[in-house]
Amino acid sequence: MSFLAITNVNKSFGGPAVVNDVSLDVPRGEFFALLGPSGCGKTTLLRMIAGFETPDSGTIAIDGEVMNAVPPNLRPTNMVFQSYAIFPHLNVFDNIAYGLRKLKLPKNALRAKVETMLATVRLEGLGGRAADQLSGGQRQRVALARALVREPKILLLDEPLGALDKRLREVMQLELRAIQRKIGITFVLVTHDQEEALSLSDRVAVMEGGKILQVATPRTLYERPASRAVADFIGEMNFFHATVREIGETATVNAGVLGILSLPAANLAPGIKVGDHILLAIRPEHVGFAASGVAGEIATSTFLGERSHFHVRLPGRSEPVAVSGHAPPSGAVHVVFPPEKLIGLPV
Amino acid sequence: MKNKTLTLYALAYLAFLYVPVLVLPIFSFNDSQFIAFPLSGFTTRWYAGLAADSAMQHALINSLKVGLTTALLSTLLGLMAAKAVTRYRMRGTGAIMAFISLPLFIPDIVLGISLVLLLGTVGLPLSLAAVVLGHLLVCVPFSLTVLVARFEGFDKNLEEASADLGEGSWMTFWRVTFPLMLPGIIASLLLTFITSFDEFLVAYFLSGTEATLPIYIWGQLRFPERLPMVLALGATILTVSVALVVLAEYVRNLGVKKPMVGA
Ligand SMILES: Nc1ncnc2c1ncn2[C@@H]1O[C@H](COP(=O)(O)OP(=O)(O)OP(=O)(O)O)[C@@H](O)[C@H]1O
Ligand SMILES: [Mg+2]
Repeated sequence: MSFLAITNVNKSFGGPAVVNDVSLDVPRGEFFALLGPSGCGKTTLLRMIAGFETPDSGTIAIDGEVMNAVPPNLRPTNMVFQSYAIFPHLNVFDNIAYGLRKLKLPKNALRAKVETMLATVRLEGLGGRAADQLSGGQRQRVALARALVREPKILLLDEPLGALDKRLREVMQLELRAIQRKIGITFVLVTHDQEEALSLSDRVAVMEGGKILQVATPRTLYERPASRAVADFIGEMNFFHATVREIGETATVNAGVLGILSLPAANLAPGIKVGDHILLAIRPEHVGFAASGVAGEIATSTFLGERSHFHVRLPGRSEPVAVSGHAPPSGAVHVVFPPEKLIGLPV
Repeated sequence: MKNKTLTLYALAYLAFLYVPVLVLPIFSFNDSQFIAFPLSGFTTRWYAGLAADSAMQHALINSLKVGLTTALLSTLLGLMAAKAVTRYRMRGTGAIMAFISLPLFIPDIVLGISLVLLLGTVGLPLSLAAVVLGHLLVCVPFSLTVLVARFEGFDKNLEEASADLGEGSWMTFWRVTFPLMLPGIIASLLLTFITSFDEFLVAYFLSGTEATLPIYIWGQLRFPERLPMVLALGATILTVSVALVVLAEYVRNLGVKKPMVGA
């Protein structure tokens, strides 16, 4: 059994399923992200791991022990709440020391432990600060320190960076990653920000409507999304309807306006057979401009600095093709679709 | 022009509010048993009389007993009800709140009569304990209102955070809920104590042979010569009440500097 084993977990609050038959396995020491749109059940799943909600069915086990009947205060997990939930009546030091009462440490040892943690989250010297005199970033660090100081087996983070501005968020992302590397605790991060999930985590589970769509490394999610829903959620992608003609070493597909194309058979999602109707998908940055290819017309172009983003209109297709690249010479262009970058998904 | 009218209005209003109250201390030091101007000289004999009046002191002690018991019980019940209403997902929360608050809208005299009938039916004697029961009906809605507002004012994630950090429900209450509720608890204690302390009708019906202070004062009004002493008593109660309110405000500000929201 893996370190964190979630098996066929279901949860509803009297209405439709909020978490629908979810199974996940997270090995020890992994930085794992739950990614999905608002309301897809990420927080509910996280709260079930923490013990604040009980699954209707299924089991949650940590390090070999089934947790379903264990109350939150006895679980080897700690949580960084989205609102941070810093105790307003305690100063920074007492907030961090809150969870250490049961250890009955002598005063010096307690102080040393808290000071070390303050240093880890780079809040040295702020122990005496009142809770209401902290900036957003500092509150976030206190919440992190308060959870980490208990040395949990798993740290749960519910959109920990959501309340911070963009610059601070980027700084904190790097720090979170560095802290996780340094202490080696398993992190489970909930976020609806795909960039955050992809840049921070070892693996990401993409959720929608209470179900897990795909669990994979960030690179795999980006390069080989398993379905249109995942592809749509992770960055931008162009889709073309196509029919499979032949599958061998390479697969041959009839892709309408793009013509007949050959692509590596490994680029087709598992289960696709000859004759199937499929979606060919390609990222904007993989579509190229060339001297010859599919003729089109640039409809819009947006200058983004190093690169530009274009919408290219192809004859016989209503939806423009998104292309990310360098400026082509004029309005009439030819676009090419490198076969090794095309992937085939079920419709 | 308009401002002047407003100012006049405000002054008249303040006078209307406070002149009657000022009459109390002024005449309580007046050396005459008739409540009339001109004042006839300074004396403390009414206060000395109070200090020697054992019936008054007995009534005062009764009122303190009833007031303190009512304040503590009502705040305790209010605290539990407020926690249930705000923290647990229950059906019929609105109906429960309405039912608890209903006694607020029943005239005290009706409440008094019904309680007398009820006690008579079940065979319980009229007593100070009966007065406490009656006052609880009146006071729990106040406690509930004050405490629900306070519970809603702080993030329930704070209690979850405490559980997450290893504390069971009892320690969570002591380390998080109670300190954060303290200003509300003090406000509730004060409000219910004062409500009980000067409540007359329900006490009049239920107290039996034991008088509370308002009942004692009511009894004294039949004797014109004792009126200045009643004024001295009123002035004392007024001073103590003001001191209590100021003290409660002070304590409240000691505990918390800012409105508390979790985020
Ligand atoms: N205690 C609850 N009672 C009833 N419904 C709930 C409760 N908690 C969550 N839900 C519902 O479950 C669904 C999923 O909620 P959840 O908070 O898990 O979503 P989320 O993925 O974390 O969304 P967000 O990104 O907005 O935080 C929502 O439709 C929500 O209304
Ligand atoms: Mg959420």
